[in-house]
Amino acid sequence: MKEISCKLLVIGAGPGGYVCAIRAGQLGIDTVIVEFGKPGGTCLNVGCIPSKALIHAAEEFEKVSHMACGQSPLGIRTAAPSLDLATAVAWKDGIVSRLNSGVAGLLKKVGVKTVHGWAKFRDGKTVEVETETGVQVIRAETVVIATGSASVELPSVPFGGPVISSTEALALSEVPERLAVVGGGYIGLELGIAFAKMGARVTVVEALPRVLAQYDAELTRPVVKRLAELGIEVLVNAKAKGLSTKRDALLVETATGKNGKIAAEKILVTVGRRPVIEGWGLEQIDLDRAGKFIRIDDQCRTSMRGIFAVGDVTGEPMLAHRAMAQGEMVAEIVAGHKRSWDKRSIPAICFTDPELVTAGLSPEEAKGLGGEIKVGLFPFTANGRAMTKLGEDGFVRVVARADNHLVLGIQAVGQGVSELSTAFGLALEMGARLEDIAGTIHAHPTQGEAFQEAALKALGHALHI
Amino acid sequence: MGEYVIKLPDVGEGVAEAELVEWQVKVGDLVREDTVLAAVMTDKATVEIPSPVDGEILWLGAEIGDTVAIGSPIVRLKVAGEGNVGPETGKVEKAGKAEGPAAKPAAAKPETAPPAPEASPNVAEAPAKPAPPPVTPKNSARPDVSTAPRPEGEKPLASPAVRLRAKEAGIDLRQVVGSGPAGRIRHEDIDAFLARGPQLAKISGLARNEAVEDIKVIGLRRKIAEKMALAKSRIPHITYVEEIDVTALEELRTALNKEKRAGAERPKLTLLPFLMRAMVKAIADQPNINALFDDEAGIIHQHGGVHIGIAAQTPSGLVVPVVKHAEARDVWECGAEVNRLAEAARSGTATRDELSGSTITITSLGAMGGVATTPVINHPEVAIVGVNKMMVRPVWDGTQFIPRKMMNLSSSFDHRVIDGWDAAVFIQRIKTLLETPALIFVD
Repeated sequence: MKEISCKLLVIGAGPGGYVCAIRAGQLGIDTVIVEFGKPGGTCLNVGCIPSKALIHAAEEFEKVSHMACGQSPLGIRTAAPSLDLATAVAWKDGIVSRLNSGVAGLLKKVGVKTVHGWAKFRDGKTVEVETETGVQVIRAETVVIATGSASVELPSVPFGGPVISSTEALALSEVPERLAVVGGGYIGLELGIAFAKMGARVTVVEALPRVLAQYDAELTRPVVKRLAELGIEVLVNAKAKGLSTKRDALLVETATGKNGKIAAEKILVTVGRRPVIEGWGLEQIDLDRAGKFIRIDDQCRTSMRGIFAVGDVTGEPMLAHRAMAQGEMVAEIVAGHKRSWDKRSIPAICFTDPELVTAGLSPEEAKGLGGEIKVGLFPFTANGRAMTKLGEDGFVRVVARADNHLVLGIQAVGQGVSELSTAFGLALEMGARLEDIAGTIHAHPTQGEAFQEAALKALGHALHI
Repeated sequence: MGEYVIKLPDVGEGVAEAELVEWQVKVGDLVREDTVLAAVMTDKATVEIPSPVDGEILWLGAEIGDTVAIGSPIVRLKVAGEGNVGPETGKVEKAGKAEGPAAKPAAAKPETAPPAPEASPNVAEAPAKPAPPPVTPKNSARPDVSTAPRPEGEKPLASPAVRLRAKEAGIDLRQVVGSGPAGRIRHEDIDAFLARGPQLAKISGLARNEAVEDIKVIGLRRKIAEKMALAKSRIPHITYVEEIDVTALEELRTALNKEKRAGAERPKLTLLPFLMRAMVKAIADQPNINALFDDEAGIIHQHGGVHIGIAAQTPSGLVVPVVKHAEARDVWECGAEVNRLAEAARSGTATRDELSGSTITITSLGAMGGVATTPVINHPEVAIVGVNKMMVRPVWDGTQFIPRKMMNLSSSFDHRVIDGWDAAVFIQRIKTLLETPALIFVD
């Protein structure tokens, strides 16, 4: 049995873990990171990055298909396209593998030692890693748990056979003719929309009264409209009950209590993600929990001295950029810097069609604070750049305090609005008032002008509406 | 019109300088002959300085707290007719640059006086203004800090860079007032916060009070401070606490006070005169207790006369009037002298002579006397007797508990010259005398 010791041990090389390790390496901390799979975690391997690659391929295919119908207002005429999904997936895999080696290279560059294998706590300071070459024991002054999350399985439709999670959906070699998506959250809709664009007949089964239920109806309306345009059938208030005996259809119970049957080659279950809290010896260290998650304080410290936790294992929102920010902070704390979690917003994006961005508080949440609020909404129908991109659906909405005009939240829905999240996040972190946004020159012609106009609208003097 | 200079008169024998503790006039005031201009304090007595002539105050030569040499000019008056400063009689010594009426106070300050403490900002801006008002404590509260930084429960608003800086500087942003739009905390606010320290913030219902009031230690307070520091730094104190059964003494005292009504001019007796007489008797056996130790010369001045200082609290602080020659006074005379001196001390009319010359001291806080105290010796004496509160306590008489009037004496001795044994013998002697008070009256 080999034994090494280090100052900082990071378990899991996802966005939280690898960022923590890179920053620790930059700060000169003797750091070891343990990863069973490839570096980059869910995000890079089976989440954010590959799904965006596939979504992009689907968008491109759908655009061309649309043109092939002969109705493109752009005047582009073409023959019906075909899609070789295997090629697209291989292209996606190429991107993932480039990023894998990118992360591995970054870790190496700053002197972080990577141990490949499955880590298991022996006690609060010691971890055993089963590697290909035997058991490696690592003693560390400080340990960061960054074990991430995994797809939640539905007991009625367990994974296996035609029932797949997002991971398998990103690696299909053929587009299924019929796809049933269980769970109308952002992952289900992103992938459901992508497969619909690639030609699958998609049915979304949602247990709640509407899809994207964590967002307000005004914000999701353009998405719901687009789902219908893409021919995606949405069953709300419906529950997946199981598979048909031939395993070629999903049995559902509808709102009225009627049983239905949705024929499908593949059944994609996207009903949420759960923290990975088994298999790495949590029972050996007995950390306090917050529900299923590991309880952390504002410095990502767990209930045990010297053990930190970052990322999805610590709770919602389970987003890569939150994990990265936590990982960076923890590395700096370990280096002796004074840090604590003081972020004002963690922007969130749905890469649906159209895209959806939220940062800060929704109008309802803002009202919940008790004070008067102002809301300014500017539609893309009045934005020149959106028109030229055939992307007039959607809007930018700004929520602010009525008394001092402090911006509390910003939401947008529309084509390509994911990139506006940068401006939204910055405005919130800097403590912008409506006047700050209204008073900033936004380059013309861009969709970003809608942000400025929304602020002007809240102030009562939007110019282009 | 002439100018009249008033110099600090000789206020007591052998005194070379005095501390200015009060101005009763300011520049521009019209004064008459005998108007009190100022008060100065020597070792123990406060002396008022009257004006010898009528006139208008042109200049005040010292600030409160300054130590002024005898003979230094302290006031200049404009008087009708010739003053006492003629062209040929020359200038006022030392201060005598005599720049005329418009001279700035600072420029005309006597050189013998120590430099005045740094002027507060408002004085600095207007140096030509009249002399400072009497003892106004400098208020350090900030003008813009009267309100909490933000409404309760509201998060501080600051950019990430400002937050990081605050975190690294250990600043809780909830305490910082934001001057930016919507109360945003800017870098300048952090600068200001660091420059002036934490401010009043209201988080719970209870407000923090960060105000600091600067009070100049002057006059009697300064004397007490110096005296206490001297005593505690020079003298290794040994404190001895003993319990005294004063039941018999109290009976006697009550009887004597009742009898007194029929009699003539006898004061109402407190416990103090009895203690004084007991000390006189005990000192007769141990004269080394009644002494002044000149530790620099290495000489113990053992006094035949027992001059008992009685520490008394007055509105301005602690003073110690002295009952001279207690060995030559009976209990009534001791009692009468204590009463007279205490009154003089409280009213501020005690003379310097009455406030000095003790050879041993009694300290008593009466009903506030507590169970035990650690009295500080009145340097250069070698002993101090502290009287604690009298109370009825159960005392075991061998068969039962009986209520007795009990009182502790907490006494300190200069261990350099009084051994613990001698201290104990002294107090035990006093105990015996007080518990059997008849012994006080027999020789």
